[in-house]
Amino acid sequence: MDDVIRVLTPLPVLLPLLGAAGALLVGRHPQLQRTLSIVVLSAVLAVSVSLLVMADSQGATSVSVGGWPVPLGIVLVVDRLSALMLVVANTVTLGVLVFAVGQGVADGDETDTPLSIFHPTYLVLVAGVSNAFLAGDLFNLYVGFEVLLAASYVLLTLGGTAGRIRAGITYVVVSLMSSLVFLAAIGLVYAATGTVNMAQLAVRLGELPAGTQVLLQSMLLVAFGIKAAVFPLSAWLPDSYPTAPAPVTAVFAGLLTKVGVYAIIRTNTLLFPDGALDDLLLWAALATMVVGILGAVAQTDVKRMLSFTLVSHIGYMVFGIALGTTAGFAGAIFYVVHHIAIQTTLFLATGLVERRGGTTNTEKLGGLAKASPLLAILFFVPAMNLAGIPPLSGFIGKLGLLEAGVAVGGVGPYVLVGGAVVTSLLTLVAIARVWGRAFWRPRSVDTADEDVAEVRPAAGTATTTAEIAENRLPRTMVAATAAFVAVTLAITVFGGVLYGVADRAATDLLDRTPYLESVFGDQEIR
Amino acid sequence: MTPTIVLPVIVAGLYAAGVYLLLDRSLTRVLLGFLLLGNAANVLLLSAGGVAGLAPILPVDDESAINDPLPQALVLTAIVITFGISAFVLAMIYRSWRLVRDEVVQDDAEDLRVATREEIDADERDPELMDPADRGPGDGFTVEAGPRRDDPETPSDDVALGLAGAVEAENESAEAKAVGEVRRTPAGGHGRDKY
Repeated sequence: MDDVIRVLTPLPVLLPLLGAAGALLVGRHPQLQRTLSIVVLSAVLAVSVSLLVMADSQGATSVSVGGWPVPLGIVLVVDRLSALMLVVANTVTLGVLVFAVGQGVADGDETDTPLSIFHPTYLVLVAGVSNAFLAGDLFNLYVGFEVLLAASYVLLTLGGTAGRIRAGITYVVVSLMSSLVFLAAIGLVYAATGTVNMAQLAVRLGELPAGTQVLLQSMLLVAFGIKAAVFPLSAWLPDSYPTAPAPVTAVFAGLLTKVGVYAIIRTNTLLFPDGALDDLLLWAALATMVVGILGAVAQTDVKRMLSFTLVSHIGYMVFGIALGTTAGFAGAIFYVVHHIAIQTTLFLATGLVERRGGTTNTEKLGGLAKASPLLAILFFVPAMNLAGIPPLSGFIGKLGLLEAGVAVGGVGPYVLVGGAVVTSLLTLVAIARVWGRAFWRPRSVDTADEDVAEVRPAAGTATTTAEIAENRLPRTMVAATAAFVAVTLAITVFGGVLYGVADRAATDLLDRTPYLESVFGDQEIR
Repeated sequence: MTPTIVLPVIVAGLYAAGVYLLLDRSLTRVLLGFLLLGNAANVLLLSAGGVAGLAPILPVDDESAINDPLPQALVLTAIVITFGISAFVLAMIYRSWRLVRDEVVQDDAEDLRVATREEIDADERDPELMDPADRGPGDGFTVEAGPRRDDPETPSDDVALGLAGAVEAENESAEAKAVGEVRRTPAGGHGRDKY
């Protein structure tokens, strides 16, 4: 069994990287490229699922890459949390890839496309995300972040239009800053402890003076806080995400911020279990929720509204982390899983809205529920889930977090519980406004006019409404979105199983010994 | 051996100058700031390895006399990453220059629009009183207002040029409609997404 794990563990990083190389080589054959990417990501998903099953049954394991003995070499660690994150991440990346392929096929004209770089870059992104989840070494975590960020720069500025370059600049500069803070933190950690191996750090950091610990922890939290978009480090997000192509925004919104959240969880459990900054994080969580959702309520563009709710709901996860209890971490982990799926689904559905209605501005949209009932369902179900309507998974996650908050008690957690409820209600308001404008209200005369008189004849081919209704939403894209809605419902149905895994993962995290033993075995850690 | 004061002072100076440059709106300065910050981080990593010593090549007689090799490996990795990202940022600056003839970061049009809007509910508003940017498309004026594709004055980039703010976004989509790309790519101006 150990041999199997030894072979499987590096694969989520290795396969996408090799796949990226292959996809570059076959760049001139779009069909081949698409098949290759989908096969690679399906394989990675299969590997991740088996890793999760093994990690959940036998606990954490680690692999020393290249056979170098610990702590000299780089270790990859699979515990319940990283395996769970791998499975969710790969499910999402595979689904979004299918959506993107559907869009590519529908839009045609691949023969002279300059964008054969999408598939290789996307696979590199997956490799970076997997590496960040598996890293058992602080510098390897940094490398994982850089790989995924470099890929995300390319994906965000795809096509190089003015709007995307403008958004890309903000995103790149802010990400660079966070990477540099992270790098400086690694330098200081190494200067203080003489190692970057996370298991070894877990022991050695604890021996440092309290002031040094707080300094190092706050530097790491600032670096990861920027990536996770925790207020006040979140202003870059609503500015840069909405301009990217729909599948790119979907995978970024679902996944990239959660890699930051994952890194915060690791920092606060493995490296600095004392919870010295928990109070600060608690208030940051409240500010993230409230400021984010107030921003969302003010928006008229669906994508921007969703970006602001994304920021806002990061606050829930930070809330769970800041509580510092098993229940808090379990709630945070479950919420991460739920939110990755739900946010991706909503952005994909919005991509379909954009194709169907020609815009994502709610002041110009209308009548979509009548024009496209399937699309309305695909948007409505995840939207209600995001707002936390029972019995959907958003409700389960929020309930878990609120219970954890009440269990801890005290002024801070109670204020946070209140803030979380208000945020949930305001999310419903924001979502309901979009639903009312884009789907529920009748299509206004002048927008309909504009659509018929200018757009449709200009499009050349389709002239009747029925034809357009079919043409506008390619089947693969709808199927991919529907699959995502099914996944979010599955998270609801199997909420108990998933919450069990999250709970065991949280117990492991706070216990710390499973992680340390997986890396060092019986050796004494110094 | 005693620790040196020189390296920390250099690191502090590089960080200060780097952050100052990074806060500028001009992209070239941002790039220079990033380079300075990258060097600052590298020197910091180097000094984290402790005092200088001999080259860490096996076999060694006296382990205390050699330098710590790990920070050097980390710095090498960091240099490669900084190099790659700088190249990307340079390409982006060039692209930005080609598109808007300016290397200063523009204000976000949608941000400005939301910030300057007076009321939330557009449903009850008289279109005549609305800000032009808040009005629906298709009023027939915006196409003429934008740069025309056949205009010899306009450089040959395939995108609306030289206009900042909301007007640009409007024109871009209006222009796209005029050439009939909207049904296929409703985003307007994002007509080249293929996967």
